[in-house]
Amino acid sequence: MKKDLNISAFCLMIAGLLFANITLAAGDEDAAWNNVLKKQFFGDRSIDESGATIELTAPYRAEDPALVPVSVTAKLPQTTSNYIKTITLIIDNNPVPFAAAFHFTPESGKADIATRLRFNAYTNIRAIAETNDGKLSMVKSFVKASGGCSAPIGADLDAAMARMGKMKFKLDGDKIALNQPNQTQLLVSHPSISGMQMDQISRMVKPAHFVNQVKVSFNGKPVLSAETDIALSTDPNFRFYFVPDKAGELKAEVKDNQGKEFSYTQAVTP
Amino acid sequence: MFEKLSIFAAFLAILMPFTQSKAEQLNLQEVAPGVFVHQGIHAMPNRQNHGEIANIGFIVGEQCVAVIDTGGSPAQGRALDAAITEKTKVPVCYVINTHVHPDHLYGNSAFKRAGVSFIGHRKLAQAMAVRAPYYLEKAGRDLGLGLKQEDFIAPDRTVDSTLELDLGGRKLTLTAHGPAHTDNDLTVFDDKTRTLWLSDLLFIGHLPVIDGSLTGWLRELSKLTKIDAKLAIPGHGPVSSEWPKAAEAETRYLEMLRSEIRAYIKQGKTMEQAMAEVGQSARGDWQLFDDFHKRNIATSFAELEWED
Repeated sequence: MKKDLNISAFCLMIAGLLFANITLAAGDEDAAWNNVLKKQFFGDRSIDESGATIELTAPYRAEDPALVPVSVTAKLPQTTSNYIKTITLIIDNNPVPFAAAFHFTPESGKADIATRLRFNAYTNIRAIAETNDGKLSMVKSFVKASGGCSAPIGADLDAAMARMGKMKFKLDGDKIALNQPNQTQLLVSHPSISGMQMDQISRMVKPAHFVNQVKVSFNGKPVLSAETDIALSTDPNFRFYFVPDKAGELKAEVKDNQGKEFSYTQAVTP
Repeated sequence: MFEKLSIFAAFLAILMPFTQSKAEQLNLQEVAPGVFVHQGIHAMPNRQNHGEIANIGFIVGEQCVAVIDTGGSPAQGRALDAAITEKTKVPVCYVINTHVHPDHLYGNSAFKRAGVSFIGHRKLAQAMAVRAPYYLEKAGRDLGLGLKQEDFIAPDRTVDSTLELDLGGRKLTLTAHGPAHTDNDLTVFDDKTRTLWLSDLLFIGHLPVIDGSLTGWLRELSKLTKIDAKLAIPGHGPVSSEWPKAAEAETRYLEMLRSEIRAYIKQGKTMEQAMAEVGQSARGDWQLFDDFHKRNIATSFAELEWED
């Protein structure tokens, strides 16, 4: 009889947990944004949600929560009179919701950006664009962290640590096309770890170590710059556009939160 | 109100069989003299199976029992402990954790007592520390398990390259591997029966899951397949008496991923394209393909793009 009671108590407890979870799932996915994040990042400014400025592509299911490909596509071309200045990515329910802010210029050609991010939870990701007239617009997408043994950690952190600071640009094809947007990819090797405070398990305390600033220029003119945080995957990766007017050098300058600086240049020809 | 009550009753009805099954015995097979294996099921860890999906077991010597992986939940760990007591009077001296994944070590707490030493790869404690916060949240959300940090038990003995354990008339050789399935894989070789306990370095039927290094896994397999073993115990799937033949399907899948993804990278294609297209023809060969294949591509792509 005592055992039966225990089982019932156990069931009640589990049912309670299930209810709590369901309430959460059916509840307001936008709560963190509405109650905290919007004000924290944008104050009382109004944000258009018509989806006219940018489009956000993120998978509904994060196959590998350590490496979720996310891309933002601009719906308007970059011109000197009208352009997207900044795209900010926020992942509502990550421990650090701010993922990155990317800054563009008219010379960027297209304010498209693709990167790989970590997702720690079931959460909305939102991209907020600011145009040069100061207007804000936002799109969002819901992402479910996948099941199984996955964790939003790099698979082989020691390999990334061993080649830390190594970079490369990958162009779409061998040659650049002049006076039009060319897509390029910047690969940065960095472990991007969030730190470990779990000394009760391992007696290990390791400080966080991640890339927090990226600058890309072409022949000395800025193409893309970004402030980034721990949501960037191990070995951060960025895909974006630049408009070359002649042969020259693409340069990347990267800093991390421990003050380390890395730079890399690569010659490109038409 | 009535509706709420009936939902509640439905939950209880769903839950009752599982709470009762806890009392049931763990299904064990003695695959070689003194080598006992509980074969898991090919399923995603969920609230129904509480993450109890992996192969776990133990090896009995004259003085000591070595447990090899403790199961997907504390309850399964307790069931394993009870099963050992039923099979032998020899005490448990060692718990060997083959790697950091929860389906293999959430039973650890059942063995935490005086006289039991926990053994793992030199990188296991670090992997536990990095992953525990996320795994604990997921245990609550996806498995219905209320676990705490203390349920992970870091090894008190670590393996740098190899370690020999004497169980009394029986020698086990533990080998720490380079990044492969994870960055903290251990295998166990039992001299007496020439049994090679590969855990998740070998998947049979269940799609291999890459959470370490694709090229590293193939490198470790080329060494492991040279071992003259009579019996191979995978982390998921049936025990096989054909070694190294038992590794052929897994090796074929990993080699296919490596060559196709290398070609995608060479052609300047993106990770997204690779995830959508690579290796779809292997779907019919494996269970849980749709749950893990794309993730394998993402992990491998991020590794292989640094090759040149």
